[in-house]
Amino acid sequence: MSALEERPLPIIPRTGPATAPKNDEDPFGRRGSGSGAGSRPEGHRRRRGGSGGPGRGPGWIVYGCLAAVILGSMFPLWWSYLIGSHDSTILSRDSFPLLPGGNFLDNAASVINTVPFWRATMNSIIVSTVTAVSVVFFSTLAGYAFAKLRFRGAAPLLVFVIATMAIPTQLGVVPLYQVMARLGWIGELQAVIVPGLVTAFGVFWMTQYLRQAIPDELIEAATVDGCSMIRTFWHVALPAAKPAAAMLFLFTFVLNWTNFFWPFIVLGPQNPTLPVALQQLQAAHFVDYSLVLAGATMATIPLLILFIFTGRQLVSGIMQGAVKQ
Amino acid sequence: MTAPSRAEAAATGSRSGGPAGRTGTGRRKPRISFRHRASAWDRRYSPYLYISPFFLLFAVVGLFPLIYTIWVAAHDWDLIMGQGEFVGTDNFAHVLGQRAFWISLRNTLSIFILSSAPQVVAAILIAYLLDYNLRARTFWRMGVLVPYVVTPVAVALIFSNLFGDRFGLVNSMLETVGIDAVGWHSGVLPSHLAIATMVNFRWTGYNALIFLAAMQAVPRDLYEAAAIDGAGKVRQFISVTIPNLRPTIIFVIITSTIGGLQIFDEPRMFDQYGRGGADGQWQTMTLYLYELGWTRSDFGLASAVAVLLFLLIVAIGLVNFVITRRISSSEVKR
Repeated sequence: MSALEERPLPIIPRTGPATAPKNDEDPFGRRGSGSGAGSRPEGHRRRRGGSGGPGRGPGWIVYGCLAAVILGSMFPLWWSYLIGSHDSTILSRDSFPLLPGGNFLDNAASVINTVPFWRATMNSIIVSTVTAVSVVFFSTLAGYAFAKLRFRGAAPLLVFVIATMAIPTQLGVVPLYQVMARLGWIGELQAVIVPGLVTAFGVFWMTQYLRQAIPDELIEAATVDGCSMIRTFWHVALPAAKPAAAMLFLFTFVLNWTNFFWPFIVLGPQNPTLPVALQQLQAAHFVDYSLVLAGATMATIPLLILFIFTGRQLVSGIMQGAVKQ
Repeated sequence: MTAPSRAEAAATGSRSGGPAGRTGTGRRKPRISFRHRASAWDRRYSPYLYISPFFLLFAVVGLFPLIYTIWVAAHDWDLIMGQGEFVGTDNFAHVLGQRAFWISLRNTLSIFILSSAPQVVAAILIAYLLDYNLRARTFWRMGVLVPYVVTPVAVALIFSNLFGDRFGLVNSMLETVGIDAVGWHSGVLPSHLAIATMVNFRWTGYNALIFLAAMQAVPRDLYEAAAIDGAGKVRQFISVTIPNLRPTIIFVIITSTIGGLQIFDEPRMFDQYGRGGADGQWQTMTLYLYELGWTRSDFGLASAVAVLLFLLIVAIGLVNFVITRRISSSEVKR
């Protein structure tokens, strides 16, 4: 069970329409180019229209439009900080603030007093990290089997895995809740962690990657030399899986950090994740928007910091997943 | 078993140093055969072992709950009291007789359309801009992806403030240009627009990157041929770029259908009560499901809604599929 808003990464299924472009280039770009799109060689770029001379860049209009788009995507976050740094009367004044006020820390303190903020942060870190590590491990294991080992039923089983990505399993919440109640896990973190320990998307993603990342001869050589299967996996597949595993880790982490529907249902107010704590904050202080938006800002900052360091990987992960058959 | 260095030897392709046991003498035969058998088992069953975690977990938290939902929907079933009498299709009949159900269906479809269509158009346009030979390419690409890491709950809180009925920024900007304030939290269409804006905010940049990747895969001789034929940039975009993006467009629409029809976070957080508005103006089907199950403690009715929503998703998926087939076959005919 994962986020309601979960969108699988853009992998066009094999059963895609007939007009699909046949792209023989492997889905992850060149092997070993860890940051794919970012490090695409310059000569590879297609020049639009073919009319511009070499080295001629786009005009200022293009930069201007893009800057507007990015300002649009930043503005709500800026607004959140802006309002969150004033006091509660700010919105009822005649004009809106243009600069941050000095009240953010006071608001943050109230947020921490109102909801179990630190606990929620810890919970979010635990849930996101544990699921991301687990998804990476089990998906690599299964992806390795599908990509490189021959066994009866491999092809139909892989088709089954892919098909499950299109099934809205979130609609099974009622029985899943009953399962958790039976296990006594209502209000416990494992109720959120366990359903996300391995995902169909992860298995498919690693299968696609490992198919081209490990030469078959390498595995044959290891087998001939008497390596057990798990040892071959450990010493050959796992090191080769690193670039794709890093991206899968990030996507799973973000997915679980932003997830709300299931944690909201199954976790109580005593033991929330950050999005659930934000909901509590809203319920307690709806009229005090500066407090609510200070909380929204605080819940967003950790992932923004993560994004500064790993955004490049996220970008190339999305783009590498997009063009393939 | 062999030492780790064995694997490294294997990795460098050295096959000369096979295990001694393999060519051993007769004296060591029993041990060899055990090792052989163990290794054969290893080779035969390990793949199943490796893929089993996914299948086990999917069976327990995915497939079983989904199927059991039908069973729950056919019973009186209380959140606390548990299973009651078998009632057949009564829960479905009851739900289908509720005005709230049809309103939630309308809201779900309306929000879905308002959030998917503009999003695809905007994402393609942004991708087109990103496809230029830009300086600091990674910066621009990362910039459009920022909203993706913001949790929908925070997005909803921020936009619900921006779209505030009395003190919202959007309304005061409308008033400065002489347009009357809009009741974003009271009207039907306005609330759908506000919620769709949240969804678009979070996903447009993400989808733009998907389209960007697809655009870069378009063979450049197509553009050159079009340019030789005298096509300008706009014409090239319409006649070359868009047709080549079609499979990606379909992919994006299908994935956003599955997620979009189950939308919960944004409408839940649009006001503090979380019931989809005083008159259910923006109560979506998942919100309705939650209300039936966890506010009114009626798991039977909630499961009936889950089944109906499932059928709706399947139906829309089939419609997508048929349209796709038709488009692609008419492509071939041309």
